Amino acid sequence: MKPAPFRIERPRTIADAVALLASGGDGAKVMAGGQSLGPMLNLRLATPDLIVDLSGIDDLRTVREEAGHIIYGALVTHADVEDGRAPDVGTNILRRVASGIAYRAVRNRGTMGGSLSHADPAADWVNALSVLGAEVEIAGPAGARRLPMGAFLAGALATALEPGEILVGVQVPKVPATARFGYVKHCRKVGEFAHAIGAVLIDPATGTGRALMGAIDAPPLVLADAATLFGGRIDAGFAVRFDASAANAALVAAGLTDAVDRHVHVEVLRRAATQAASLFTDTRSAA
Amino acid sequence: MSEPRSQEGVGARLPRKEDDRLMRGRGQFIADIRMAGMQDVAFVRSPLAHARIRAIHVPEDLKGRVFTAADLDGVKPIRAVSGLPGFKVSEQPVLATGKVRQVGELIAMCVADTRAEAEDMAARVELDLEELPALHDMLDARKPGATLVHEHWGDNVFLESLVNINIEAAFDAPVKVSRTISTARQCMAPIEGRGTVVHFDHRTDQLVVHTASQMPHIVRSGLSECLGLEEGQIRIISPDVGGGFGYKAILLSEDVCLGWLTRKIGRPVRWLEDRREHLTASANCREHHYEITLYAERDGTLRGIDCEASVDSGAYSAYPFSACLEAAQVASILPGPYDFPSYRCRTWSVATNKCPILPYRGVARTGVCFALEVALDALAAELGLAPEVVRLKNLVRPEQMPFDNITNKHFDSGNYPEALRQALDAIKADAVRTRQLAGEPDGRRIGLGLSIYCEQAAHGTSVYSGWGIPMVPGHEQAGARLTPDGGLELRIGAHSHGQGLETTLAQVAHEILGMPVARTRLVHGDTAMTPYSTGSWGSRVMVMAGGAVATACTELAERIRRIGAHMLQARPEDVRLEAGRVIGPSGDVTIQQVAHTWYRRPQDLPADVDPHGLEVTAGYKPVRDSGTFSYAAHAVVVAVDPDLGEVEILDYAIVEDGGTLVNPMVVDGQIIGGLAQGIGTALYEEMAFDASGQPLASTLADYLLPGAPEVPMPFIGHMETPSPYTKFGVKGIGEGGAIAPPAAIANAINDALRPLGAEMLRSPVTPRRIVEQVLAVRASERSAA
Repeated sequence: MKPAPFRIERPRTIADAVALLASGGDGAKVMAGGQSLGPMLNLRLATPDLIVDLSGIDDLRTVREEAGHIIYGALVTHADVEDGRAPDVGTNILRRVASGIAYRAVRNRGTMGGSLSHADPAADWVNALSVLGAEVEIAGPAGARRLPMGAFLAGALATALEPGEILVGVQVPKVPATARFGYVKHCRKVGEFAHAIGAVLIDPATGTGRALMGAIDAPPLVLADAATLFGGRIDAGFAVRFDASAANAALVAAGLTDAVDRHVHVEVLRRAATQAASLFTDTRSAA
Repeated sequence: MSEPRSQEGVGARLPRKEDDRLMRGRGQFIADIRMAGMQDVAFVRSPLAHARIRAIHVPEDLKGRVFTAADLDGVKPIRAVSGLPGFKVSEQPVLATGKVRQVGELIAMCVADTRAEAEDMAARVELDLEELPALHDMLDARKPGATLVHEHWGDNVFLESLVNINIEAAFDAPVKVSRTISTARQCMAPIEGRGTVVHFDHRTDQLVVHTASQMPHIVRSGLSECLGLEEGQIRIISPDVGGGFGYKAILLSEDVCLGWLTRKIGRPVRWLEDRREHLTASANCREHHYEITLYAERDGTLRGIDCEASVDSGAYSAYPFSACLEAAQVASILPGPYDFPSYRCRTWSVATNKCPILPYRGVARTGVCFALEVALDALAAELGLAPEVVRLKNLVRPEQMPFDNITNKHFDSGNYPEALRQALDAIKADAVRTRQLAGEPDGRRIGLGLSIYCEQAAHGTSVYSGWGIPMVPGHEQAGARLTPDGGLELRIGAHSHGQGLETTLAQVAHEILGMPVARTRLVHGDTAMTPYSTGSWGSRVMVMAGGAVATACTELAERIRRIGAHMLQARPEDVRLEAGRVIGPSGDVTIQQVAHTWYRRPQDLPADVDPHGLEVTAGYKPVRDSGTFSYAAHAVVVAVDPDLGEVEILDYAIVEDGGTLVNPMVVDGQIIGGLAQGIGTALYEEMAFDASGQPLASTLADYLLPGAPEVPMPFIGHMETPSPYTKFGVKGIGEGGAIAPPAAIANAINDALRPLGAEMLRSPVTPRRIVEQVLAVRASERSAA
């Protein structure tokens, strides 16, 4: 299929983009890398009157490193992260996630900001950045604002963006050297959208951890205190205490009615925890 | 492997000539064709699986650019009738009339300068449809009282068939194993979809149809019947074709519509299928359901096979193969390469509210191989025997060749047990089983799976005449002519859609004429320039067109020799043609000199020279046309993750016997490509429908195809048992690669999961299906404990 007719504008500044978007009302759509919107246009699942193409806004390609976090411009591509052109928040954290997104051709054009704004529950950035505690930066007619991922993701393919607002950047906390990140996804083939994603960010040095189960047809289920999954405490030996029933209970509470699906999500989370634990090469320093 | 007879002849591992253009992106496919004033077409398609059409509202401003069935004066529906007794005829109107019977059925066509504008128009056509209950499950469709797809039939069965060869004698066998086994509906998914560019050439008074087709001459006959034109008024040109796999061996309604449309509006028109149309509206295949019972002795000797098989044929009978191609074949080929005394098979070709079932590489064989080979593993497990033991007990033996099996299939040659033994060696079965016993450190389970099949190929008149479908292959013809500068042109009516015919047929010619492959051109894909042929299907071209090319070249060689004799002033019986030269008692001339003399200097030849010249059309049939029997044993090792259902193929071995191989590299390519498709059938591909008959996969994000990471490079071993009936002893091998993998992979998965009590009997074997079974077994064990 071919797209329905639409007008396309390519502003040079965020302010112009916001103004254009506001002028288009409900009939306007933002395009970044076009890796999701492109097919939706071709299938006529999206029939906007106006497309605001952000690719001309250089400010959105910048990466700022600040104390405690890195702010990625919305147009940073998956390949920028995969190839190391954009710095990582820790050792092989975002880079590993980026290298597993779809196919290289998609990674070359697909952007962090576009992926988050599309808010597909099975998308990698939606999940990885949620467990890492990222916040999104938003520009809009009423000015700039910032939202944690949990508040930004409003549902499957739905965000808290108001009409005229654009996601302009993502602020991702740096991961302490004592912490370990586990990220496992279950796909039927390489490059496919995940059917289950499990992720943990565990820091035995502080006894804290976050965990996530994603690709559940809703925003990811984030456990801000992962200790409940590991017998109530987090230390270097946390993974062997993984409590499948606690993870399952969280899924039941989240409304997942299919027992086979729950089994797979729990199992994927277990493996994410095991993966994170296996990254502790020196248990004394980690403990 | 036998040594090639010459560097470029039969048996030479030559790179494909056509790859020079194809690999550089210089192929010319349908979508590359541009014509002045060309218009694009988009279709209004049915959004419902089954509905009565109350009205079609075309906006006033679109009149003259949107056409419905009411406009198609003189166009007849597509009729693909089988002559088998009891076959019920479906007429497929090229634009729907009265009812729609599947999602995606054509209702109206919209013409505009671009496809996007044509789609804009299509979106404005309003349909007033009265939805009817839809049949999406062939077993439901067979039940009494089911909704009727074609009301006047009284039921939903295109054709029912029964073969019974003394099945009662098997009933007292000591072991009986029954299984319900099924294969999913699939899409063929060639990288290039269908497409048609049509214009009317007033100079030649011909409708010129460029269409991506495996069978230009058959498309011409079909179009002629539907459009009421003489066949001579239609010219079909099939350019480079990006994979066919059976989907391009079908006359589509779209072809007929555009054939009418170009004359109506007086401009060239084009329709290019998009992937969504491909998946949801047309390219469906494979869906089989089996209730199969094996009767055996305790040592694994088969006493009999009893089977009920249903094939979901969809809403209409496709031209030319008909709606019963699959089911009717199931009954005759289910016995596979095994020798046993009792057999019964009842089949149903069932109409449902889904796309017509179309032939796909392997046709019914992939399904029957899956059913029988998976059931044989269940039998082996029941008997506590290794799967190869049961197979070796029952495989037809080399000393029985040629062998007529229980359904009178005539096996021309081969050594099936040896192929299986070689495959077991290649996969290192003993080492795999040792590793299996030791267990894997990561908790996955290893499984070894086998399957073996035979592929009847290039079956001709004696097989097809009994079916009474619109097409029966007879003698295959080929043209061979020397050009004035001594090059060679070959003409065939079959078509290459990726098989490498431009190379392999030149190798055949080289074998006879000594003509360099580089100086031989293949003319094909154009009804105006080639002899009639039923086309490329049924793994037939190397046998049939290869034999015809050899026959034509042999006659051409004789003419070259006689002219050469004149030039050498020798008696014809004293000269011979060898390595491109005519050699006499006291000298020689090249083929180029012979051609130059015949065309450019006829004054040098005597008046009584043979007047027939250097252009030959010759016909060919094998000594027996009941088909060549190539075969292969596949062995695969998988690792299965029982908790997530993930399957990784660790090793894959194929031992194939395709008779004499014209080009082993091309054969390897065919096998590897077939394997990729077989892996798709085994693990990924499924065209699912919901209860209202809506297709659930409309993009390749939902219809999963294996990609490069999912396809291992297999070991390929060749045995070469020449067919006693064909030129050079070649056998057809085009489809085999896609036949065995689903069974072999499912058997490997079942071997891995058997200790857990799970058994996968449905393709594709998805992670979800594995986990469901594993959890169900665990739950029942818990409740039993």
